[in-house]
Amino acid sequence: MSWLNLFKADRKGSASLAKERLQVVVAHRRSNRGDHPAYFPKLQKDLLRVLRKYVEVSDDAVQMDIERDGDLEVLELNITLPEQQARN
Amino acid sequence: MARIIVVTSGKGGVGKTTTAASFAAGLARAGHKTVVIDFDVGLRNLDLIMGCERRVVYDFVNVISKEANLKQALIRDKRVENLYILAASQTRDKDALTDDGVARVLEDLSADFDYIVCDSPAGIERGALMAMHFADEALIVTNPEVSSVRDSDRVLGMLEARTKRAANDEDPVKQHLVLTRYASSRVGKGEMLSVEDVTDILAIPLLGVIPESEAVLNASNAGSPVILEQDSSAGLAYDDMVARFLGEDRPMRFLEDKKGLFGRMFGRRV
Repeated sequence: MSWLNLFKADRKGSASLAKERLQVVVAHRRSNRGDHPAYFPKLQKDLLRVLRKYVEVSDDAVQMDIERDGDLEVLELNITLPEQQARN
Repeated sequence: MARIIVVTSGKGGVGKTTTAASFAAGLARAGHKTVVIDFDVGLRNLDLIMGCERRVVYDFVNVISKEANLKQALIRDKRVENLYILAASQTRDKDALTDDGVARVLEDLSADFDYIVCDSPAGIERGALMAMHFADEALIVTNPEVSSVRDSDRVLGMLEARTKRAANDEDPVKQHLVLTRYASSRVGKGEMLSVEDVTDILAIPLLGVIPESEAVLNASNAGSPVILEQDSSAGLAYDDMVARFLGEDRPMRFLEDKKGLFGRMFGRRV
């Protein structure tokens, strides 16, 4: 472990630091996609359809996410209303 | 029906236009009728890299606004048969690229071409979104450097969520990683992210690795796609990249430091 690892760490230089830092920032975004439940796109479309009975919204008005913390799963729903509609 | 490929990156200056020019020239040289479109409205550069800047009469925006037809605006490359360029406008505002207008032009080109290569502007604004919107495939141009890799990851997210294919629930845009400005000697010293590092992080298939090469600047100075410089490492690497895109199995080259084991062992500390 000792001298071999020291040698390895020295050999790796700044690139390994770059990789570690990137893995943290990229993993954060990746955790918010990919493992979404299969029903996500359909739910998103249904929500848009219901919403449009009442307000005109754009295609990307409904943003959804699953937050996981241990056994707990939270569905996070973010709906952006158009400005003039929001005032009504 | 043409296949539409966007060349994108998020970050500027990583080699998008260089890659788009060489990729399009390579496809055309392989016998496929190809058009390369500059989506960078206001900051056009593809015409310079392709060496046709003095032949631009009408541009992409002129065609969208119907001031000119495609036949008038398409510039035929003088070196490579089957290769055409559609320049970006130099002066108009970025809103000139309307969804309907871009869709119509791409549809018209689709009838006539095998491949449509869209050279995206940097950033994640409207121009970049328009360039990727209709894409079937994407070349994500990335330098082995932290800000470029992070920006590429952002762009991958957008390709998955903001394109026509995503909106229509079709198969996702096919993603290809193109690693540019790769300096194997610095990778050997542990000073630069390696191919494996970048593919580990971005987790998309690697299409090509383009070594850092003086030939790239020389080719752009001369207004000629670097793929035509077949005595340069960058030119050969682009040639490999195009062949792989077309289904050929070619090993990656230029990944090893030119110095042997001896040189690597003793050159490291210098």
